[in-house]
Amino acid sequence: MASADGGAYSYSLTVFSPSGKLVQIEHALAAVAQGTTSLGIKASNGIVIATEKKTSSILIDDSVIDKVAVICPNIGIVYSGMGPDFRVLITKARKSAQAYWKIYGEYPPTRVLTQEIATVMQKATQSGGVRPYGVSLLVAGWDSHRGPTLYQVDPSGSYWAWKASAIGKNMLNAKTFLEKRYNDDISLEDAIHTALLTLKEGFEGQMTEKTIEIGVVTVPTEAELEEGKIGGETGRVRPTFRKLSEEEVRDYLAL
Amino acid sequence: MSIMEYNGGSVVAMVGKDCVAIASDLRLGNQALGISSNFQKIFPITDRIYLGLPGLATDVTTLRERFRFRVNMYTIKEEREIEPETFAHLVSSTLYEHRFGPYFVEPVMAGLSKTPSGGVKPFIAATDLIGCLNFAKDFVVAGTASSKLYGVAEGLWEPDLEAEDLFETISQTLLNAVDRDAYSGWGCIVHVITKDKVVTRTLKGRMD
Repeated sequence: MASADGGAYSYSLTVFSPSGKLVQIEHALAAVAQGTTSLGIKASNGIVIATEKKTSSILIDDSVIDKVAVICPNIGIVYSGMGPDFRVLITKARKSAQAYWKIYGEYPPTRVLTQEIATVMQKATQSGGVRPYGVSLLVAGWDSHRGPTLYQVDPSGSYWAWKASAIGKNMLNAKTFLEKRYNDDISLEDAIHTALLTLKEGFEGQMTEKTIEIGVVTVPTEAELEEGKIGGETGRVRPTFRKLSEEEVRDYLAL
Repeated sequence: MSIMEYNGGSVVAMVGKDCVAIASDLRLGNQALGISSNFQKIFPITDRIYLGLPGLATDVTTLRERFRFRVNMYTIKEEREIEPETFAHLVSSTLYEHRFGPYFVEPVMAGLSKTPSGGVKPFIAATDLIGCLNFAKDFVVAGTASSKLYGVAEGLWEPDLEAEDLFETISQTLLNAVDRDAYSGWGCIVHVITKDKVVTRTLKGRMD
């Protein structure tokens, strides 16, 4: 490990330390570990991603803060780490999803979009004049090929598929908690409650609909699939990912 | 004279009951002069999708390679075979990329797409040379004999034809249409795609 100040290898990204580490990436992971906790759980009929929305002052209008973002009708992302970096990645991911749509007339499968984001993040570890993104992401989505899938992307640009994972502050505790709670045939409703319970473990302050954000992937039924991807009333692609409203979050917290 | 008629050639695709057929002539010409009677214009994209490219022969060859590349990249990246609907959009966007200096071809696609319940659904489509998609429920035509193909197909095609009947219908449609077009003919090739196999037959027409 590098010395406390990072040593001689902390500034130039493209230089390995003799131990084989890129210390800037380790620092980026440290930035993530300081961020608020986020987690995702894959259920038998969907996925839930959730995060803690912490504000430094009661004067901040938290209704305008978005930590769970919709990328395209079938994919959503949550992050831990640096907000501004997340915003940049969101813009890139959305553009990438639209570019895919322009070519193939459909939105990308979760894995393809995740790969695309991971490539963007990897580039920031090898290009000159930039620093790595200070975020880890949980990407949740549904596609006809693989069904519901949950991915985690790290500042290094590596990504994995998870059944359940947690990132940010308390991630180790949260993961241990999830390991105890998780089973393969958990329902989406149960998964949402497990998600809230996991967040509660390391939560500072009151858990309310203002301090929690939830996004869910719902697996379309056979009948919905037969009807096709396009919704009848709007003529737009039927969404499989959506954010829960404050009212819905309040109802889940009350249970 | 239009560049679209420089080499000649025609393609037609038809929908049947749980099957599709695509057929083309085999002529390659230099205006009125016949050069080859074995010029393939229909190419397999996957086991279940065929693409016909009537038009300027040089662009037929170029686009065939271009689509081979793009479909291979898709298959590797996504770890799955491309579906006919998706491939149609890929064809459309590839052609529209060259909106102001187009490839002189009018692609015709035929394939079977998977339904959510595990069955197959016939799919045909055609585009113009800049990629405007036409998803038809019955048949699509393209090439120098397209106006004649329209007429014969209108008369012969009927819904829910079984594979053997569809073969007869598309063969008669093509043979009779290309006989009335000087730039198409010199033999035909027909592919009938069903759930478990593709039947390919070459036909002799009037070889003049």
